[in-house]
Amino acid sequence: MIRQRLWQRFIAHLDPTLLASLGILLLISLVVLYSASDGNWYRVLTHMINILVACTALWIAANTPLHYLMRVAVPIYLLGLALLIAVAFFGEIANGARRWLNVGVTTIQPAELMRIAVPLMMAWYFEKCQATLTLKNYCFAAVLLLLPVTLIARQPDLGTAIMVAASGLYVLFLAGISWRIMLAIFVTFIASLPLVWSTLHDYQRHRIMMLIDPSQDALGRGYHTIQSTIAIGSGGIFGKGYLNGTQTHLDFLPERTTDFIFAVYSEEFGLIGNLVLLSLYLFVISRSFIITTHASTYFTRLMAGSITLTFCTYIFVNIGMVSGILPVVGVPLPLISYGGTSMVILLLCFGILMGIHSNKRIVQT
Amino acid sequence: MKYPIELKNDKQDIYYFQLRLALCFGFVFLLFFILLIRLLYLQGIQKNHYQTLAEGNRISIVPMTPNRGLILDRKGLVLAHNYPAYTLEITPNKVSNLSATIDELSKLVDIRPADRKNFARLMADSFRAESLSIRNHLTDTEVARFSAQRYRFPGVEVKARLFREYPHHEKFSHLIGYIGRINKSELEQLEEDELANDYRGSGYIGKTGIEKNYENDLHGKAGIKRVEVDAGGREVRVLSNTPPTSGNNLILTIDAQLQEVAEQSFGNFRGALVAIDPTNGEILAFVSKPGYDPNLFIDGIDEQNWRGLNDSPDVPLNNRALRGQYSPGSTIKPFMALAGLHYNKRSPSYSIKDPGHFSLSGSAHRYRDWKKDGHGTVDLFKSIVVSCDTYYYGLANELGIDNIFNFFSRFGFGKKTGIDMEGEVSGLMPSQEWKQKRHNQQWYAGDTISVGIGQGYDLVTPLQLAYATAILANDGVAYRPHLLKEVQSVRVNERRLPKMDIEFNLNLNQDHLKLVKSAMVGVTQPGGTAARAGAGAPYTFAGKTGTAQVIGMKQGEHYIESKVQERYRDHAWFIAFAPADQPKIAMAVLVENGGHGSSVAAPIARKVLDHFLLNKAPQSAPAMHEAKGGAND
Repeated sequence: MIRQRLWQRFIAHLDPTLLASLGILLLISLVVLYSASDGNWYRVLTHMINILVACTALWIAANTPLHYLMRVAVPIYLLGLALLIAVAFFGEIANGARRWLNVGVTTIQPAELMRIAVPLMMAWYFEKCQATLTLKNYCFAAVLLLLPVTLIARQPDLGTAIMVAASGLYVLFLAGISWRIMLAIFVTFIASLPLVWSTLHDYQRHRIMMLIDPSQDALGRGYHTIQSTIAIGSGGIFGKGYLNGTQTHLDFLPERTTDFIFAVYSEEFGLIGNLVLLSLYLFVISRSFIITTHASTYFTRLMAGSITLTFCTYIFVNIGMVSGILPVVGVPLPLISYGGTSMVILLLCFGILMGIHSNKRIVQT
Repeated sequence: MKYPIELKNDKQDIYYFQLRLALCFGFVFLLFFILLIRLLYLQGIQKNHYQTLAEGNRISIVPMTPNRGLILDRKGLVLAHNYPAYTLEITPNKVSNLSATIDELSKLVDIRPADRKNFARLMADSFRAESLSIRNHLTDTEVARFSAQRYRFPGVEVKARLFREYPHHEKFSHLIGYIGRINKSELEQLEEDELANDYRGSGYIGKTGIEKNYENDLHGKAGIKRVEVDAGGREVRVLSNTPPTSGNNLILTIDAQLQEVAEQSFGNFRGALVAIDPTNGEILAFVSKPGYDPNLFIDGIDEQNWRGLNDSPDVPLNNRALRGQYSPGSTIKPFMALAGLHYNKRSPSYSIKDPGHFSLSGSAHRYRDWKKDGHGTVDLFKSIVVSCDTYYYGLANELGIDNIFNFFSRFGFGKKTGIDMEGEVSGLMPSQEWKQKRHNQQWYAGDTISVGIGQGYDLVTPLQLAYATAILANDGVAYRPHLLKEVQSVRVNERRLPKMDIEFNLNLNQDHLKLVKSAMVGVTQPGGTAARAGAGAPYTFAGKTGTAQVIGMKQGEHYIESKVQERYRDHAWFIAFAPADQPKIAMAVLVENGGHGSSVAAPIARKVLDHFLLNKAPQSAPAMHEAKGGAND
């Protein structure tokens, strides 16, 4: 009896539908990872531990009262910003980029933290100024967004910068920024492209140029895209069969456990497998949209909306780049790619989403 | 100005929010739709294209080089063979930064600037995405050192390859020739002949000599191995295998020992010797001195060696036996004598009184005999034995150039012999027509007289003269001179012999032949011009000395003061066949700047004959120190 009540309290804030679909996707990720890592059980085990840690984060986030979440928004944002500045000065350099901060026990990527801190901060800010929203507020929110994005882009980490920027822009959009301003922003963005281009690093320019014509440097920068496209295309309708992908197992696919894991999955499971995967993603997205529409406060609506749309963006950007219609920007496939930090942040977001859903009546305004 | 403070309407707010959310949801659907279209395109419509690409990635077609056939002499001595060695090879299109890779490799394996240069040249010449050698002949240590670090070098491999080697170096150089890297024009030719597939992965082709002439037999056909490779280009497993077809072994008519004796007999002299079996046209020795080391050419000769060979006043790259053209001198006298008998201008008994010179009627010009006071009474037999010029001045004048041209042409003068080696030149047998064409002048009687003793316009190659001698020795029955005795197919263990019909029969009068041949035997006997060389021979042999005057410097030679004297000396000739009654060997010997014919050329012939007929080991003393004087030409 007591155990049963404990259990009910334990799962009280979790959304079973969302949880089940997430579970299926995580299971797929384990299966694919085993193949992508050429049967490396150590890799798979590490991934399992990552998932466990991330699930814990999900549970904690789901059980965190929303007012508490609002209260930590500012400190987390400031902490993230401080860490980003610290990275800029003391970060470790790897592959020509300064992204990691050594904190003794482990190295962390503060940019990942910003993926949750930025929408949290902006949603909190809009909630605070909800009653009297003026252009000035939008401008300030934009500054809140641009600050970390600039720092991340300078590391340089184009992929994360774009994703953080996207999560902030979704908040701005959902917060009700007028169409006219959005048009203005859009025009400014297009106009500033040449300027952005000039500040990009060579390897980033390469990646964009490669998208236009990957074959011009078939063994260099274009190699990633060409090989992943071949892997996907050669999978055909039914795939080559689990563990039978030649592109995967003969080493042709680069970064196949992380950013390019979609190509592994596509090669071995084919178009049918892809339809299953996209359907699962759509299911998760639909559920998240439902949660968002039912969110009770301005803060939770913005937060849930941003989380959902960012999730969609990740999927689109990753599959887009792996299948050769977007530049290679280093964005993982959510829930499938190997990688601890991004997994934890992602499930944390879903935890917040579940928390929002379970708290919709309690904090009804 | 202050904005009016507006309190938000909650319901309207939620409405706008949900409107925007719905827009977003629609947008997300659009994005997913784009992804779906893309995946349908890749995995549905373009499926076959990408499957082909993936197979191309995975499957690599590795050509397997056939073993080049061996070249052996008639007794089975190896003249050209292959030996295995390790090479370090790079497939340029699998390596992203070539020079950095080579720099890294040079830390493991000794790579000299010359190797890099060579590699750069191979790169420029290479026509396919094939692996190119950066270093040949790796030591075992180097192989081990590289193998341990192999993972660092995708696209770089150690391969065991067969290398061509000519174990006798310069000894058979002009005969065997050499192979070298296939160049662009040779590749085009191969493609035209639809042989390019047989050459996949080979890279080498015969450039001169036997190696070139019998390229089709020697080369064989490339095999094909389909292998599964990983991204680093390393073999994972073999999918299918068509083994290469080895090239055929060639057995030459050459007697390597005989050739060696001949080469040695030349000592430091330049010159050529061709020995033919008159009964079937097989070439027993084919010497051109000096030679060169054909091994230098296989992977491209370096500049220093090339300059050394090309600029040498000895012109070692010139195949004198095949391409050297010289005045025949008195060696044509036996043929002139035959012509005189043939056209009834001379009878065996007819004799002249030789005053030591000859003049055309109505002309004061004296054509001098080499012997100032003349040879006394000279008949046909003696005219050959003592090499009387006066006799042939008169004979030539009576025969006229038309008869001489017709008769000599039948012996192959002025025509290519058709030997199975490329690059032969035809020499020159002059005629009225030729002089009109060439010099735009009419033929003078004096021209004929010079031709009569082989000092006119006529030019012969050592091969031609040996061929004519062989025809004479074989009583007018001619066999085309050839170097190939037999083709052995290694794979099916089958032999192929070249076609060996009589080329033609001159149908000469046997009595005439007998007389001329006996006179030639007289040459090597006491009283003859080559008596010294013939002294003590336990067999009878026929011969004829000759001297070709050297006029000025030859084209391509440089003026080197210390050498001038030697290079103005006459070329020495000797033709011979033996045994006289049943010839088994006929030959022509040319010694450049050897001075008077009999003293240098005839002893060389004697040594070759001794070895051939008696199997006598050659004396170590080179020919140039042989007895001076004796009979003169």
